[in-house]
Amino acid sequence: MNSAVLFMIILAYLGLIFYIAFLAEKQRTRKWVNNPYIYSLSLAVYCSAWTYYGSVGKAANSGYDFLTIYLGPVIALPLWIVVIRKVLRISKNHNVSSIADFISLRYGKNRALGAVVTLVCLLATIPYISLQLKAISDTFHIMIGDALNTGKAVLQDSTFYIALLLAIFATFFGTQTSDATEKHKGIIASIAFESILKLVFFLIIGVYVTFGMFNGPDDVYQQISKTENFESISRLGGLENAFNWSFMIALSFMAIFLLPRQFQVTVVENTRVKHLKKAIWLFPLYLLLFNFFVIYIAWGGNILIGDASKAEYYSILLPLQNGNVWLALLVFLGGFSAVISMVVVSTLALSTMVSNNLIIPYGFLGRFIQGQTQRNTESIKNIRRVSIFLIIALAYLFYISFTTQIPLISIGLMAFVIVAQLGPSFFIGLYWNRGAAKASIIGIVIGVLITIYTFVLPHTLEAITGNNDFSVYGPWGISFLRPQALFGLSFLSPTAHAFLWSMTFNILAYLTFSLTTKGNYRERNFAELFVDDKNFSNLQDNALVWKGEAYVADIKNVLNRFLGEERTNRALSLFFRKYELPPDTQTADARLINFSEKLLASRLGGASAQILIANVVKEEEVSLVEVLKVLEESKKTIDNNKLLQEKSEELATLAYQLQYANEELLIKDKQKDEFLDTVAHELKTPLTGIRASTELLIDDLEEMPPELKTQFLSNILQDADRLSRLINNILDFEKLSTGRTDLDLQIRDIYTTVKATCSSFQTLAASKNCKLVLKTEESVYLRFDHDRITQVLTNLLSNALKFADPEIGCIEVDYKRKSGELVVYVIDNGTGVPEEDEKYIFEKFFQSNHQNRIKPSGSGFGLAISKQIVEVHKGTIKYKKNEKGGATFSFSLPL
Amino acid sequence: MSRKIVIVDDEPNIVMSLEYAFKKKGFQVFIARDGEEAYETISREVPDAVILDIMMPKVDGFQTLERIKANPDLKNCSVVFLSAKNKESDIAKGLELGADKYLVKPFSVKKVISEVQELL
Repeated sequence: MNSAVLFMIILAYLGLIFYIAFLAEKQRTRKWVNNPYIYSLSLAVYCSAWTYYGSVGKAANSGYDFLTIYLGPVIALPLWIVVIRKVLRISKNHNVSSIADFISLRYGKNRALGAVVTLVCLLATIPYISLQLKAISDTFHIMIGDALNTGKAVLQDSTFYIALLLAIFATFFGTQTSDATEKHKGIIASIAFESILKLVFFLIIGVYVTFGMFNGPDDVYQQISKTENFESISRLGGLENAFNWSFMIALSFMAIFLLPRQFQVTVVENTRVKHLKKAIWLFPLYLLLFNFFVIYIAWGGNILIGDASKAEYYSILLPLQNGNVWLALLVFLGGFSAVISMVVVSTLALSTMVSNNLIIPYGFLGRFIQGQTQRNTESIKNIRRVSIFLIIALAYLFYISFTTQIPLISIGLMAFVIVAQLGPSFFIGLYWNRGAAKASIIGIVIGVLITIYTFVLPHTLEAITGNNDFSVYGPWGISFLRPQALFGLSFLSPTAHAFLWSMTFNILAYLTFSLTTKGNYRERNFAELFVDDKNFSNLQDNALVWKGEAYVADIKNVLNRFLGEERTNRALSLFFRKYELPPDTQTADARLINFSEKLLASRLGGASAQILIANVVKEEEVSLVEVLKVLEESKKTIDNNKLLQEKSEELATLAYQLQYANEELLIKDKQKDEFLDTVAHELKTPLTGIRASTELLIDDLEEMPPELKTQFLSNILQDADRLSRLINNILDFEKLSTGRTDLDLQIRDIYTTVKATCSSFQTLAASKNCKLVLKTEESVYLRFDHDRITQVLTNLLSNALKFADPEIGCIEVDYKRKSGELVVYVIDNGTGVPEEDEKYIFEKFFQSNHQNRIKPSGSGFGLAISKQIVEVHKGTIKYKKNEKGGATFSFSLPL
Repeated sequence: MSRKIVIVDDEPNIVMSLEYAFKKKGFQVFIARDGEEAYETISREVPDAVILDIMMPKVDGFQTLERIKANPDLKNCSVVFLSAKNKESDIAKGLELGADKYLVKPFSVKKVISEVQELL
């Protein structure tokens, strides 16, 4: 393929990637940019060109070893979720912008530690990036049919331009704002897209090789098993290899946390913690799919090409050999995707670290303190932009000077081992509060030195001198110090060996110095925050123990320079409102200090933020005891708050119940008032009659005709009777309703009682032209109070008589046994009770409240008292409208 | 010509006393036992005065007064409430509706007569 054409294709492809990034950045709040699938796919930045090409090479030359790099993350994923949740919680709480920031924060925002971590990451990543460039360059040359490594001048080297384009891409989308914790939606979306492409293209070539060039996996296996060195590439190995495997798995497990690009996509770019739920199965699935065809491509290449030195590019060489240029182009673009993602995310992560942990705290802070907001923000962005270009330039330099001699896989492994040196400080620090900053620095440095000695140096010397004397004989011929068999340990693979020794000394140093040194209070403070993060994540701004003198105005000044006046004022007013402080507060407390440091941390990193704030406040030492005491108190406050919350909820419920009860009482009270009103009215009526009649009799004693005198006197008598009846009823009713009546309960025949009452009404009924019928003569014996039940019957009968049809009245009385009860009926043929009154008729004085409908001659207590009487007999009284009109009153008595 | 008065109350004993007393004073007395009957009688007779109870069956005293006030033919008819309701709010309501007097039960017959005569 023509190199110009290929270059145009690359440009077009890059254009597409730019467009996706641009679109995502423009629609950054849309669903397609923010979902768990994008997040999971972005994690696949783990699969770089090293995976894409290196795995095949490794599989072709040394069998299944390549799998460990992917098995580590898959096996350890449950653990990964647990740890990463914690890391995410802490990072989101403290505006962490990189792994260097995270580790330095854990050890009290230690500036030196942040710098060391940054350097380690640079050391690991720059060769790694150059490895990606090498992959691009190599595959580019394979595609255009050129010989590898043609040592062209820089300006004629296509790789140089590609590197330049990648740097522009990373700069453009990576430094849109000065806030490093701001999510890079564009970059992440483009990476997710590339993750899909590289997987799909790799699967296509896998299927093509396995099923197109061979007749399926069995065929590949059959053919490879006939080759002579099959043994060496298919064995799983004995115990030694088991060690190798476990070390490699441990190594790759650490890498998924500690590789700067992994930390960037997993933690810094995470928008929602719950996206982890999808990632927990999607990411391993991705890795498994990716590795499915590796072995077949490798074996296929071994069979058909058989050139071990080109094994890494079998996936491109195989289709090319078959004359399938377009398929090879797909593979090339897949590999290119892997490169872009890795390079862009790595440089983005590194540039944040370099600017926030190296350049700003060690050089620019002083200038920032003087500068204006606009200029500061621009400076921060520029420092990051320069860093990105610098990193890519360094990687390019490394590529043209060294990489050509060293195979992909060993540079990748070297990066893993170096970055793993951050492991002890990272993992142990998360769960052990004694870990100290000094110990962390010493451990990391020792670990890196050992890695260089046991791993980097032999490779480099070999590449430079062309012989491996150093590895074989050791320095100055001391075999005890042979770099790849240190202290006589010779059975491990170089990587596992380097990993084992560097880790051992790293951890030992870390533990020893942690136990022997006492960190300052800041360190202790953050150690507690990290280890016990669940408890303290609620504390937020309260958690920092700080003593000293500081003024809001000074802090505001500092914030102004980096956030601008508007954002500063907004943030501070939010802060004051949150803690209910007056907006004109003069002196700053620990909360404000911590709040401001967090605000700045997202732009400058924790260490610089702390230095800036420390510049304007007078801080005093806080003793360890004080730190622990304050933390303990804060914890208690939280517990108390929880308790208070519960209590206040309980109170709210109680208040609600009280309110309800109060309303009930108000209703009761109103009812009582109405009752008294009515009683007064009812008492006054006969009294009025008596008063008026008496007055007339006295005044008109001589003139009044005798028959009128008799009339008035009998009126007085009637009213007096009514009065006393009323008073008796009221007292009776009160007695019944307060349960102060004793019933005279005896077993009697109900017939006797009913018959007697009916008989006493016969005369009255006849005078009103009303027929009164008792429909049964059955004897039913039950326990009741004869007088009281007679009272009920009398009430019901007089009501019935009052309302029965005035022309041809008819009243029927009946009783029946009905499921353990005796039910007595009084049925009339009147108009019945109006529907809207049905539920009130058993209330006392019902007639008074609704008296404009029925004005009875009774006291208005009749039905209410009847109801009370029936109820103290443990029965019920009911009203039902007859089908033909008229009313049926019934009451039941237990048998 | 003798004066006409309508006495509205559902308590026959009270009505009887008032009827006797007013007749003796030369009034032409009409009786009604509820609001409905009262309005019929009043609009037919157009009396000089009405003695009106409040708590009555069917149509109460307040409603009856409203009807009287709504009828322009009855604008010269004085209305005296005579009720056992003696709460401030009831008295205020009665007077607001346009009653000329509000007397409470139990009452003195002489007092009622003099209050009515005062109005005429």
